[in-house]
Amino acid sequence: MANFTLPKNSKMRIGKYYPAPGASKPRTFRIYRWSPDDGQNPRIDTFEVDTAQCGPMVLDALLKIKNEVDATLTLRRSCREGVCGSCAMNINGTNWLACTQAIDDLSGDIKIYPLPSMPVVKDLVPDLTHFYAQFASIKPWIRTQSPAPSAERLQSPEEREKLTGFYECILCACCTAGCPSHWWNGDRYLGPAVLLQAYRWLIDSRDEATNERLDDLEDPFKLYRCHTILNCTRTCPKGLNPAKAIAEIKKMMVARRG
Amino acid sequence: MSTKEVVVGDRRSPLKIARGLGSSHSGAHHWWVQRVTAAALVGLGIWFVILVLSLLGADFEAARARVAQPWNALLMVAFLVAMFWHAALGLQVVIEDYVHTRWKEVVALVAVYFLAFLGAFAAVLAVLRIALTP
Repeated sequence: MANFTLPKNSKMRIGKYYPAPGASKPRTFRIYRWSPDDGQNPRIDTFEVDTAQCGPMVLDALLKIKNEVDATLTLRRSCREGVCGSCAMNINGTNWLACTQAIDDLSGDIKIYPLPSMPVVKDLVPDLTHFYAQFASIKPWIRTQSPAPSAERLQSPEEREKLTGFYECILCACCTAGCPSHWWNGDRYLGPAVLLQAYRWLIDSRDEATNERLDDLEDPFKLYRCHTILNCTRTCPKGLNPAKAIAEIKKMMVARRG
Repeated sequence: MSTKEVVVGDRRSPLKIARGLGSSHSGAHHWWVQRVTAAALVGLGIWFVILVLSLLGADFEAARARVAQPWNALLMVAFLVAMFWHAALGLQVVIEDYVHTRWKEVVALVAVYFLAFLGAFAAVLAVLRIALTP
């Protein structure tokens, strides 16, 4: 039942060391490496990077390594400005976007791992298949019964304001990958990101499926595995509060019982 | 996430796996009762501690007589029921969180509720006996 040591094929090895001779502002990056192709255990490679010759963010350093030192370093990135959510990874123990984490705000060696608890595709790329499937399972789109109006579905400024703090989620999975309840029961527990999205549709004044949405969520595992640990809120790189969304869903569950 | 479901020969779609057996349409009652019993235990717990402290140094007959007083007996029964109920609900959550072998989980859950009922009945019977015996 309980596993207290890593399985044999997950034991970490010490990897290669890439110095940066003559660097005026060197910083050390210790990066998780694993490839599905070579049959080897994961390893930690150590890269020295001259941050004087590099942009300010962790992503800049990773791309400098990939461009100039080791082209096989594998990671996801796209927008490089905290909008797309691709470069979520574990940086010095905190899930965050590499593109919005300033190198100067980190002390000591910078340790970089893929998002925890997700299967690894390669290096810093996690397999988010189950995360996306859980997202799809809550039907995250508007559901209505009334005939479609001839123009837009109107919303008052007050109704729109209710979505603020919840619509901004970029599905980077920092929160869900940082949630211990999702680590232990992620096969059934939806996790903070998906529940925040569920709440975003529950409170949308234009959506008419509140009843069905609550029906689908009321479950000891899908919703109630949340024990208010609050890692999600602490680790959200967009400053959102998934724990608040989950607490509000729980209140809605009680409110409709009378 | 737990990857125990992803096994060789598993050709289910990711959505099929994510949906699993679907929603059980329960859990809100459990959540609510856990909070109500917690709130009740705040007050009843303080009352219980005060009662115990006031009995420090008292002999058996004095303690028995205090518990036999109607209000004390009533609050004692309420305290015991709330405590066992809250404990069982909480232990259920711990077991569901961490025990992932199905038969062990079921055995543990049944055992917790059986022992909680047994403990609550025994404790309430004891109070009633004290309260109702002249």
